[in-house]
Amino acid sequence: MTISTGMTLGAGTPAPDFKLRSTPDQFVSLSDFRGSPVILAFYPADWSPVCGDQMALYNEIIPEFHRFNAALIGISVDGSWCHAAFARDRKLHFPLLADFEPKGGVARTYGVYREQDGTAERALFVIDREATIRWSYVSPLGVNPGADGILKALEALPASQSVTK
Amino acid sequence: MKAATAKLTPPVGERDHVQGSERALVTLVEYGDYECPYCGEAYVVVKALQRHFKDKLRLVFRNFPLSEAHPHAAHAAQAAEAAAVQDKFWAMHDQLYENQQALEDEDLAQYAAALSLNIPLFNRQMTDHHVTARIREDFLSGVRSGVNGTPTFFINGVRYDGSYNLAEMIAAIDESA
Repeated sequence: MTISTGMTLGAGTPAPDFKLRSTPDQFVSLSDFRGSPVILAFYPADWSPVCGDQMALYNEIIPEFHRFNAALIGISVDGSWCHAAFARDRKLHFPLLADFEPKGGVARTYGVYREQDGTAERALFVIDREATIRWSYVSPLGVNPGADGILKALEALPASQSVTK
Repeated sequence: MKAATAKLTPPVGERDHVQGSERALVTLVEYGDYECPYCGEAYVVVKALQRHFKDKLRLVFRNFPLSEAHPHAAHAAQAAEAAAVQDKFWAMHDQLYENQQALEDEDLAQYAAALSLNIPLFNRQMTDHHVTARIREDFLSGVRSGVNGTPTFFINGVRYDGSYNLAEMIAAIDESA
């Protein structure tokens, strides 16, 4: 059963902007990506014990996301030092943002914070280049949602949005 | 807003590596990575499933190398596909899973020799673009089908989200038969 703090933001909703640490000394904002589709992947925690876990999987699929000119961003409540170690260990080639202070603040604005666990849901958002959410999906916590839904959502963006300049 | 149920795309066809009869009641498709330890564990389970179901089960293997996580996975997949050109796909597949700790290029060459492959041809095929393109096609078909890690199984075209223990997989296959 899914118990989120609020309603998960759905298609047609403006994507709330945020600014979070991507490394101990760098910040990333959603608005930095204005003009490109963005895939926002909330996940419960770094160091998932599963082989080929969700972030590792997306790491392998980055070339496909780039065909749509889309940027991939991972977000969890882990701190930036933890993210740095995790990203180095898994050789991840996309930013992991630390939704760390206030804890889960961004997850809450997207309606995908799990109070009882203190983590984000496994939730996906595809945001268009004008920063409107076009697709969102909350996966059962134990189930890695894969990437088929993301690719379908990217394909469904208006042609002018998915064409690489 | 819900993602569609993960369904195998494209369905099993001519291009696939298949073990078992076309008339089998159940087709089990595995997307696997030769270096992934979970796939290594699942390899043993799949063998047991084949013994259990005999000609009721048809097995298909598609490549899903997680090359960033597993540095030897891509070459191992190429070795299996290069062996396939000489009709030794499954023999190489088994060699690789039975020797997951030894997947250096020299090891792959040794396995090719052990299978009495034509070595110059094998070496050429290893890097042939048909082989690498095929692996990429498998990988992308997996992404499209909702593969969410390795191994991922599809039972009669529907993603299996249970665990890789024998009893649970037998039950799931029985249910689809």
